[in-house]
Amino acid sequence: MTDVRKVISLRFAGTVGKFRLNVAFDAPMQGITALFGPSGSGKTTVLRCVAGLDRLSGRLSVGGELWQDANGTFREPYQRSIGYVFQEPSLFPHLSVRENLRYGGKRAVRAGVSEEIHFEDVVGLMGIAALLDRSTSTLSGGERQRVAIGRALLSQPRLLLMDEPLSALDHRNKEEILPFLEALHNTLSIPILYVSHDISEVERLADVLVLLDKGEVVACGALTELLADGRLPLAFRSDAATVFEGRVEGYDAQYGLTEIKVHGETLWVPGRVGKVGEDRRLRIVAADVSLSPERPSRTSILNVLPGQIRDIQLVDDAQVNVILLIGHGGLGPALLARISRRACESLAFSPGQKIYAQIKAVSLVGAGYSPSVVKSYDGAV
Amino acid sequence: MFESGELWPPIRLTLLLASITTFLLLLVATPIAWWLARSSARWKEAVAAIVSLPLVLPPTVLGFYLLLALGPNGPGGWIAGLFGGRSLAFTFGGLVIGSVLYSMPFVVQPIRNAFESIGARPLEVAATLRATPWDAFWTVAVPLARPGFITGAVLGFAHTVGEFGVVLMIGGNIPGHTKVLSIAIYDYVESLRWEQAHVLAGGMLVFSFLVILTMMVLEKRIRNNRL
Repeated sequence: MTDVRKVISLRFAGTVGKFRLNVAFDAPMQGITALFGPSGSGKTTVLRCVAGLDRLSGRLSVGGELWQDANGTFREPYQRSIGYVFQEPSLFPHLSVRENLRYGGKRAVRAGVSEEIHFEDVVGLMGIAALLDRSTSTLSGGERQRVAIGRALLSQPRLLLMDEPLSALDHRNKEEILPFLEALHNTLSIPILYVSHDISEVERLADVLVLLDKGEVVACGALTELLADGRLPLAFRSDAATVFEGRVEGYDAQYGLTEIKVHGETLWVPGRVGKVGEDRRLRIVAADVSLSPERPSRTSILNVLPGQIRDIQLVDDAQVNVILLIGHGGLGPALLARISRRACESLAFSPGQKIYAQIKAVSLVGAGYSPSVVKSYDGAV
Repeated sequence: MFESGELWPPIRLTLLLASITTFLLLLVATPIAWWLARSSARWKEAVAAIVSLPLVLPPTVLGFYLLLALGPNGPGGWIAGLFGGRSLAFTFGGLVIGSVLYSMPFVVQPIRNAFESIGARPLEVAATLRATPWDAFWTVAVPLARPGFITGAVLGFAHTVGEFGVVLMIGGNIPGHTKVLSIAIYDYVESLRWEQAHVLAGGMLVFSFLVILTMMVLEKRIRNNRL
């Protein structure tokens, strides 16, 4: 049994208009849990129910505090220690940036909540020191959203809810905000429920993934696991990819490559991507992985990892997904390879077989997270 | 010419009536406008229609029913009884009640529109930032609806100043008590005292022009300050 103080445990069922929602899952009280699914899958409704802005019957406990149950317990939104970042920044136009930031904080102090997140820290973290005395109407979209995130943090939440905070921004503003979200992830211990329909955001930020479709939970678990799960639609996208964590081991100045260790195996990534000892999140597109029964002796491909086939799934007439586990004993993280069915059959690949994966491109997504988040988490209810 | 002492009382009375009416209207119209803007009750448009009736009702009709209601046999008479009177008709208090009802739609409508144009989002944001509904109303809804309050107050004031039919029906023409500007102008014309009528009517013309101008300038300024 999971310790209730370490999870957000929720169950909601009901109808909103014509839409039927029936979801239940546990999310860890740390790290980023992404609610991912197509539009109309109920992601935002779940988030609004957690905030208390919408009310469906069910039960919700956050870190051991009961916010809603079937016996009539229902905390109003203003009684819940949440920060909510809406899709559009929704700053108060009649208040300055500073007043916007202080709005929730003042009320938290009045309510007797101890001030653990400090004004100066948030201003530094979000890079908004120069904006404080400006009117909100003079800010760019990205600046507004950073202020909105800062405002939510300063209300001293136990839980941060983010509803597609990047979707209203153009590409440049998005790239401007992502590092701040990663910084948030690495600096603060507040758990985040993050709604998104953009898999690249999820791959970059999330630790735990809740997959929603048509108002129901399709799957729930560690991001790295679900991305490589051949039973889920994620593995069948044309840009299917897996992510995993590695640690920077060194830098080869002669060839400009950074050495990153993943479960004892070495990967070379172009450029200097971090200091020794830092964690980095790596993303490998399934189509960039080719497989060979023996270690290739002469190849232009830098990254060749040993592994063991766990499963083979048909994608269509021409292609298959091969799911392998990295490492000599097949004990490492899962990696997805997209190869042709013809190659798979002519090489007679089968589950359990030892194999070598040649990885044509490794991309770095984000700063990496503490793997303890996922290890302490044991999945759906 | 004429003695200025004769012109002043109706002007003073009119300004007093319009000020008190506007003040009361802001108190009464705000909750009504809030409810009309936020409620999802099916019969809310019926309430909105009742509030808006004075827009289309002939003032004499409204005045007639008010006369009955304020008279000794109506609720107004009962209230007057509490203060040792007989009736609220033909009193300044009666005029205030009549003006509040008559000018109500001019105040409710702009405030309701302003509340509606805010939408639900800013109030949801406030709620997620630990503001109670009461707190959010005063710190978010009212400041954001300020243009609506200004428009409502100006329109309510101006409309009360210009009121004639209702006042004539329920207030009559008692100098210093119920004889307001519009009645005074009517009286002067009736008794062929054109000069006095000119002064008051001209004054009203200038006043009305200034009201409209101020409102337009204010609205423009508010719009420029925001966005």
